[in-house]
Amino acid sequence: MSQPDAATPFYGMMAEFETAQALLSATEKTTAAGYTKTDAFSPFPIHGLFDALRIREKKVAPIILTFGLIGLAAGAGLEYWTQVIAYPMNIAGRPHWAWVAYIPPAFETTILFAAFSAVIGMFALNGLPQPYHPVFNVPQFARASQDRFFLLVEATDPKFDAEGTKAFLASLNPKEVVHVDH
Amino acid sequence: VDESQFPKGDFRAPVPVLTAGHSYRSITDQLTGIVLTKHSPLAWYFIIAIAFTLLSGLGVALSWLLLKGIGIWGNNVPVGWAFDIINFVWWIGIGHAGTLISAILLLFKQDWRTSINRSAEAMTLFAVACAAIFPVIHTGRPWLAAYWLFPYPNVMGLWPNFRSPLIWDVFAVSTYASVSLIFWYTGLVPDLATFRDKAEHPLLKKVYGVLALGWRGSARHWFRYEKAFLILAGLSTPLVLSVHTVVSFDFASAVIPGWHATIFPPYFVAGAVYAGFAMVLTLAIPLRAMYGLKDFITMRHIENMAKVMLVTGLVVVYGYACEAFFGWYSGNGYERFMLKNRILTGPYHKFYWVLLLCNFIVPQLMWSKKLRNNIMVVFTVCMFVNVGMWLERFVIIVTSLANDFMPSSWEMYHPTIWDFSTFFGTVGLFVTLMFLFVRVLPMIAIFEMKVLLPGSNPTSTHDGGSHP
Repeated sequence: MSQPDAATPFYGMMAEFETAQALLSATEKTTAAGYTKTDAFSPFPIHGLFDALRIREKKVAPIILTFGLIGLAAGAGLEYWTQVIAYPMNIAGRPHWAWVAYIPPAFETTILFAAFSAVIGMFALNGLPQPYHPVFNVPQFARASQDRFFLLVEATDPKFDAEGTKAFLASLNPKEVVHVDH
Repeated sequence: VDESQFPKGDFRAPVPVLTAGHSYRSITDQLTGIVLTKHSPLAWYFIIAIAFTLLSGLGVALSWLLLKGIGIWGNNVPVGWAFDIINFVWWIGIGHAGTLISAILLLFKQDWRTSINRSAEAMTLFAVACAAIFPVIHTGRPWLAAYWLFPYPNVMGLWPNFRSPLIWDVFAVSTYASVSLIFWYTGLVPDLATFRDKAEHPLLKKVYGVLALGWRGSARHWFRYEKAFLILAGLSTPLVLSVHTVVSFDFASAVIPGWHATIFPPYFVAGAVYAGFAMVLTLAIPLRAMYGLKDFITMRHIENMAKVMLVTGLVVVYGYACEAFFGWYSGNGYERFMLKNRILTGPYHKFYWVLLLCNFIVPQLMWSKKLRNNIMVVFTVCMFVNVGMWLERFVIIVTSLANDFMPSSWEMYHPTIWDFSTFFGTVGLFVTLMFLFVRVLPMIAIFEMKVLLPGSNPTSTHDGGSHP
């Protein structure tokens, strides 16, 4: 499925490993060798990989905090507007802005907004849902969600050269090194 | 637990949370094999047939309700709240264990939660779905329920009264249902990707593929995924505590004797966890046998859940003692009468003693390690707790309402066949949904089980640059 107009002849080069340890060691060596456009794929989260790939992003938590605060403002605002401005009602002589009684709904909207922003934000940062991705062109990659571990070096990496990178990946003791078509 | 501290054969040494000898392959194959097959165990057909029959009964009961109105129920004046709210509180309570297992035990790093969290989360969703039926139908005209329950701009310019715990309930339960759903779905996505890659039928591949959102297991994705999941767990923890607290406010903020007590929020939350763990065990024990999951749901899980049940049960019993003490110590004539009426002389006092038998006496069997390791005993105790927790709500609601302040307004409450068919109908709905779930989705979190395998937490071998 190669696209003639793409900047590179293929998407990248991928090495397949049988254990999590092999993937982690290989990833560390790849990062140490100066590759930057790399990614590792595994059937479950491997904590060592985050350091090995120099993942430093801190976006998820601030998004959730922001939306939690928006949720708080939305809940409290709804209560203020409906109970004090739009249709103030005297119920048992209590003040219109009986803020103590308004805590539970505002708390719930805070959690609601924060939780949805956590899920939607996380998937959006990950670029999901994504119907097509070149890594799925590798037939063996079906096992990335089962019992195999993969390391990818993208062809757009400044250090990438087809022969050299292939030789480098082969030196990491993978089961196999394959091209990833666009 | 550091298992090396126990000598070999020591009775204190815990059973592992995953039986030794499994590989990534065997976990994947066994857990996807349950779903990606044309065969289901005979017991599956048998149980879902019964459940579906009850569910059909729910259809009949609800249709008749819509035609005739809530007069078909046994509710009267003064017992204006009966099965509708009893069942609502019972189902909502059951839901709590799912969130407790998936969120609170995650924050406490309890690795035994892994094999039961997925099915417990599903159980939460289905229990909340059953619960939600009652507040909607008890209005009699459910098509107007939105107008009564939700704050939306309507032609009369009226809004719900936010000082009322009933509207707090709407916010708490709908938030709980929505957050439980996305929590469950987020946990499912990596496993749906496994199903997409394992399935052979092209249609199944497509369906699971769409649901998996194109998940490819990239380390960058896992990084954000784990962060979001952990924060989601942190958000769900106060949420789950708030839900039954708010449900208890429905009672505690009323002036009815036996309801107006400050012990209600913690006592209701403990009761919810208690009922929930009993229901998780009630479902896990037969599913484990039906699908041969003894390697994944080991005796360690059964024992731990039995222990949680025992402890929360004792907290609930402490709540009963507090209720009784507060009633007596208040010196209030109505409160003292309510107590005497509830425990000794009232028309429903036998239910109170059955409730104590179910919730207090029988669960004490769980002190014995031998009995905790006997599946049939644990299952029987859970059945007692399921019944006991339902009776608890019956006792609180019906006894207090039937005999309140003025003897001239007292009235007995008798449920009708429609009350029962609606209640058992929701049991049918619950079991049907649960059994359909185990048929089409992984009931055990596949990727989380893999983390438990040795070799899944590799150590850095690199000399410089990375942190330990």
